[in-house]
Amino acid sequence: MDLNEYQAKELFAAHGVPVLPGAVAETPEQARAVAERLGTTVVVKAQVKTGGRGKAGGVKLAADPAEAQQKAAGILGMDIKGHTVHRVLVTEASDIGEEYYVSFLLDRSSRTFLAMASREGGMEIEEVAATRPEALAKIPVDPLDGVDAAAAARIVAAAGFPAEVADAAADLLVHLWEVFVAEDATLVEVNPLVRTPDERLLALDGKVTLDDNASFRHPEVFAAYADIEATDPLERLAQERDLNYVKLDGEVGIIGNGAGLVMSTLDVVAGAGERHGGARPANFLDIGGGASAEVMANGLEIILSDPAVRSVFVNVFGGITACDEVANGIVQAFRLLDSRGEAVTLPLVVRLDGNNAEEGRRILADAGLAGVEQVDTMDGAADRAAELAAAGASGQGA
Amino acid sequence: MAIFLDESSRVLVQGITGAEGRRHTRRMVASGTRIVAGVTPGRGGQEVDGIPVYDRVADAVAATGADVAVVFVPARFAKAAVVETVDARLPLCVVITEGIPVHDTAVFWAHAQRSGGATRIIGPNCPGLISPGRSNAGIIPADITKSGRIGLVSKSGTLTYQMMYELRDIGFSTCVGIGGDPVVGTTHIDCLAAFQDDPETDAVVMIGEIGGDAEERAAEFIQRSMTKPVVGYVAGFTAPEGRTMGHAGAIVSGSSGTAQAKKEALEAAGVRVGKTPSETAHLMRELMRSR
Repeated sequence: MDLNEYQAKELFAAHGVPVLPGAVAETPEQARAVAERLGTTVVVKAQVKTGGRGKAGGVKLAADPAEAQQKAAGILGMDIKGHTVHRVLVTEASDIGEEYYVSFLLDRSSRTFLAMASREGGMEIEEVAATRPEALAKIPVDPLDGVDAAAAARIVAAAGFPAEVADAAADLLVHLWEVFVAEDATLVEVNPLVRTPDERLLALDGKVTLDDNASFRHPEVFAAYADIEATDPLERLAQERDLNYVKLDGEVGIIGNGAGLVMSTLDVVAGAGERHGGARPANFLDIGGGASAEVMANGLEIILSDPAVRSVFVNVFGGITACDEVANGIVQAFRLLDSRGEAVTLPLVVRLDGNNAEEGRRILADAGLAGVEQVDTMDGAADRAAELAAAGASGQGA
Repeated sequence: MAIFLDESSRVLVQGITGAEGRRHTRRMVASGTRIVAGVTPGRGGQEVDGIPVYDRVADAVAATGADVAVVFVPARFAKAAVVETVDARLPLCVVITEGIPVHDTAVFWAHAQRSGGATRIIGPNCPGLISPGRSNAGIIPADITKSGRIGLVSKSGTLTYQMMYELRDIGFSTCVGIGGDPVVGTTHIDCLAAFQDDPETDAVVMIGEIGGDAEERAAEFIQRSMTKPVVGYVAGFTAPEGRTMGHAGAIVSGSSGTAQAKKEALEAAGVRVGKTPSETAHLMRELMRSR
């Protein structure tokens, strides 16, 4: 889960990483109240999970509470690169001397953690890495050793931070490492890390990504920071039903078992769509190994409530769960949906392969479900589903 | 020979008294695996289907000579279970458990390295590995293929099964599901290197997916160090940037980790990459026929 700046700063503050006082506001009036409490010049910052907020006009200085209210009114509701601004952070303004960069992250390739630090903060670090790699220090961090004062001092030295702030930077890194470990983050980034004219270091902006797999260790943080309004309504419904669903922008609804097979199904459908009016997959939905009737029904229900869907492709390989069980699951799912008053009316292409495939196909054929077609190969079934989606779309237009 | 696992492997199951552990132990036994012990703390002295259960891995190893651990314990206890296996110096630890925090995986991986690297870790979040007709450590269905001379390495469980099934008439030496997490113990390269050295493997199918750069690194390895032919498949061309597609590690970040980049890297290394799983199987079939 990617966090907003204000959430990242809350975690920073909780672990002793220095940030400026401030608070989040959802209305211009709230922004004014925060500015009144701070009693100084403030910055009003759009809270969206994308870069380039400043350029887009989402970050404004305000000299007094009235101006803070006015700036917040302008920023709230703005669209920044497709993200609607629902909140602003109102925080003390700061004098800036120099801007640096520090982060800890998961290094997948090396299967360990990595510290990165640079004297050239304030811009996208990918740009620094690409244009001036020598200006970015990268130091591996062994998860068993962590980052103590000595390790932090080595990172600071490698980045060549000025002597006047070296101790403060090392101290900040120790606290930032604490955020990384204690909160189960895969990224903690301070950019810019600001050196003020009075020689303090402050985390002026921050990015944090938390590991979803570790949510069981941090239920409060995950509950508090879940991005409800930015989540697609169908994805929200799927989450409530414990389904692994990602909304896409096509017309062929996809249900399959296993993440790899479903990803592959999307690709094969997109390929087939090139022959059939550009039909594309409408979603990713992995119902897992079990594929029980209830899970199948829940999955179908979500896909059928997507108004863009014109056909559905159920692609199941019977491995641990044999195809006869899956076929029974589909038949029962149809009955279940019927009893919920949501009878399936769209064409459904089913491909069953693997264990007990023939028995599964027979069960499905005998059930005589309206609109259900069986195709025995994944490629053939994808082609048929794309064809039906294209036909459905043109039927809609006529 | 096969790689990593054969009929002489003596397998212990961590979490054997749980529902998943119990169910898959039965399936492993049914496919000919020598399951010699189970481990569940606090359940020492019990039996599951006649298999003795021990409190600790070290006790199970001392009593039974187990040399492979298969881990089914819940995510929150998985780190401790793997560390225990490493400390007992088992040569192979197969971590089936899904949903392990990546900090925990990073710690047990680092611990295994610091302990001298004596334990090969496969997974986590993987289906395990099978040497058909010989032994099966994990949850891969045993009856969808037969023994043969193709090696298979894949991040995905169901795509592994699909490929095993499509090429069931030719058969496999060993199929390894390395798992879909951002950090895994055994990589594509480790498996490719082992298949290259295995006299019972003639050719390799490698299945990758979006996220990270494991496939690109594997492509480099193939070009540099492999003489046996490799056929490839990559899933996730249609995955949107920044979204996790089922597997925790399956995510395109910015412009890195894309399926297109992986396919191009593999093709540049002389690997024939199929557009669909069936086409990939077809490429392998042609290749085996021409030998």
